[in-house]
Amino acid sequence: MSTFLGMPQGRVPGPAADTAVGQLTGDRPFPAAARDALGNTQLRRNLAHATSTIRAKRAAVVGEVPDWEALREAGSAIKADTMARLPELLEQLEANVTARGGTVHWARDAAEANRIVLDLVRATGENEVVKVKSMATQEIGLNEALEGAGITAHETDLAELIVQLGHDKPSHILVPAIHRGRSEIREIFAREMPGVDPGLTDEPAVLAAAARTHLREVFLRAKVAVSGANFGVAETGTLTVVESEGNGRMCLTLPETLITVMGIEKVVPTWRDLEVFLQLLPRSSTGERMNPYTSSWAGVTPGDGPQEFHLVLLDNGRTRALADDLGRTALHCIRCSACLNVCPVYERTGGHAYGSVYPGPIGAVLTPFLTGITGGSDPNDSLPYASSLCGACYDVCPVKINIPDLLVELRAEHTEAHAARHRLPTSEAAAMKAAAWVMADPKRFARVGRAATRGRHGIRQGKPVLPLPPPLSGWTASRDVPSPPAETFRDWWARTRGDRP
Amino acid sequence: MRIALFVTCLGDVLFPDVARATVAVLERLGHDVVFPEAQTCCGQMHTNTGYQHDAVGLVRHHVDVFEQAMARGCEAVVAPSGSCVGSVRHQHAAVARRSGDEALAVRAEAVAARTFELSELLVDVLGVTDVGAAYPHRVTYHPTCHSLRLLGVGDRPLQLLRAVRGIDLVELPAADSCCGFGGTFSVKNADTSTAMLADKMSAVLATDAEVVTAGDASCLMHIGGGLSRLRTGVRPVHLAEILASTA
Ligand code: SF4
Repeated sequence: MSTFLGMPQGRVPGPAADTAVGQLTGDRPFPAAARDALGNTQLRRNLAHATSTIRAKRAAVVGEVPDWEALREAGSAIKADTMARLPELLEQLEANVTARGGTVHWARDAAEANRIVLDLVRATGENEVVKVKSMATQEIGLNEALEGAGITAHETDLAELIVQLGHDKPSHILVPAIHRGRSEIREIFAREMPGVDPGLTDEPAVLAAAARTHLREVFLRAKVAVSGANFGVAETGTLTVVESEGNGRMCLTLPETLITVMGIEKVVPTWRDLEVFLQLLPRSSTGERMNPYTSSWAGVTPGDGPQEFHLVLLDNGRTRALADDLGRTALHCIRCSACLNVCPVYERTGGHAYGSVYPGPIGAVLTPFLTGITGGSDPNDSLPYASSLCGACYDVCPVKINIPDLLVELRAEHTEAHAARHRLPTSEAAAMKAAAWVMADPKRFARVGRAATRGRHGIRQGKPVLPLPPPLSGWTASRDVPSPPAETFRDWWARTRGDRP
Repeated sequence: MRIALFVTCLGDVLFPDVARATVAVLERLGHDVVFPEAQTCCGQMHTNTGYQHDAVGLVRHHVDVFEQAMARGCEAVVAPSGSCVGSVRHQHAAVARRSGDEALAVRAEAVAARTFELSELLVDVLGVTDVGAAYPHRVTYHPTCHSLRLLGVGDRPLQLLRAVRGIDLVELPAADSCCGFGGTFSVKNADTSTAMLADKMSAVLATDAEVVTAGDASCLMHIGGGLSRLRTGVRPVHLAEILASTA
């Protein structure tokens, strides 16, 4: 049997899930969604301010670490090794979690994971849960699934709470309410938070205090918590959550039952590997030397913390990504969000334009690797093009994911999938073929180039002049076209130097 | 040194002045510039737009042409474009490998190893920063993404510019942020590209420069196209043209 399969053979009844489901696809292609976001001046201002602040913080603390490049290399190498032997590491993790009194569940896709969590919550007889901020549960749409079954999920991370109370969607993987300014937050709290002081101001400290009072009550009441995990150590069965507000620590210690949903790529081989990631992650994500709270637990400890622990291992397209040589590197991501914060596209459009819970540069590659490029009308097919290939993401990624190369690869996979599905080539594909045909032959190329100059054919300024594909109107909407030269370089060369040896 | 000029398709057809300036600088420094007339295009647009399959023939052609130039005594290939050199150095072998042609990949790597962007050639290979230019204008420099990140040219272009007589070189705010060109990105995601361009233009205007310069004609076409549309009066001038100037 092939060994690339992320899920160990036979752990899940039935065939491996081929495609991810859940909150990974928007309703429109990127350019259309981006157009709306670009028209929102408040959003543009909030994003520009937030991303430039966090960029500067990150650059400062990364600059302090003399062996930063060596750490990145180490992070990348550990991840590559992990992906190469994922099935074995997952079984080791399962064995160690079980040995320490936890229960491991395997979920092929979002629907299966939601069903498992729902059944576990129902078995406790509770009708509410507290949640630690988690991308995996966002990805599977767990809150909506629980709500549908009459169970209330309370988000306890401040930004996640803002998003939840605002009936909104997260737009950043670390700072989900990055698109909101503080006056908007005040307005959301005043409207939605039960029992809030009507004299609430938009001072950050006042807003935080209001959230704290609201959440404290929930923490003391809740019997069940749901979390994600930043790392799952195969060697020891230890799960780790990294956070800044202490809400995670509350959720992980106070309730009687803890349910953790973790993507299968989050496993690391040994406890010692955390040394590398716990240096890389906080500096890359919040721009802190160390994050305020790092919680680690293994199974169940009698008389201390939750007495029942469940780990749900989620595939949801990861096996599919792992099968692709380049795609598997997208699974190296530790969700630090540094690539979002430096991305010039994300900075202008924000996260909602990407449709998926994973926005920004990593989202533009991870999402299509999880859901698959269709070559049809799937909005995710537009994501690999949502980049100018400037390379800023690759420069900052703590595990050195070469996102520009992945984007270029996905673009090729997209045009190839499209060609395989459709009888007629797109006008773009036809133009590219024509351009390649012209450029494959110097004589043809010289003729076309000459035709573009004003010297020979009197083409006026303002006309597109290269054998470029449509739609060129996208160019002329905001930029003038350079006026064509009197002669091409090669004609000038032939005229002035042609008879040189 | 005998140097082969890789003019780039854009340089040949739309910006011959940039290519002529490149020739002028190198000849002034006493080098022998050769133009292999069979060259066409490196295939970057095809590769970056998803047509790697169509790019393979262009890669092969490029490798054939410049291999021959090297066989005829050229010790280096130069292009006045960070982006096209980036494509040659970073993508050609990968495109060949993806098509299953390992032999071509190896040949492409050999050509790439001798291919330089203009500022790299001048500073690293030829060891000069003062090329004898004079340019009495207020100038700001935009480091294009592929020069900066794919090639890592660092401050080489600035070293060259600082040595130009009479120049008033002013620093561009947020210089390392992308101008929004990105090849076909500029038309496929025209709105986002324009938003990025708007911020770049504001930065340029804040410097009060008469001239914005860069090592890529393509990014300058984008920035200059926007500045011209707004009738700002700021001119885009390629690095090679400033270095060639003796005015
Ligand atoms: S791709 Fe790299 S930079 Fe982006 S979130 Fe993941 S780890 Fe961080």
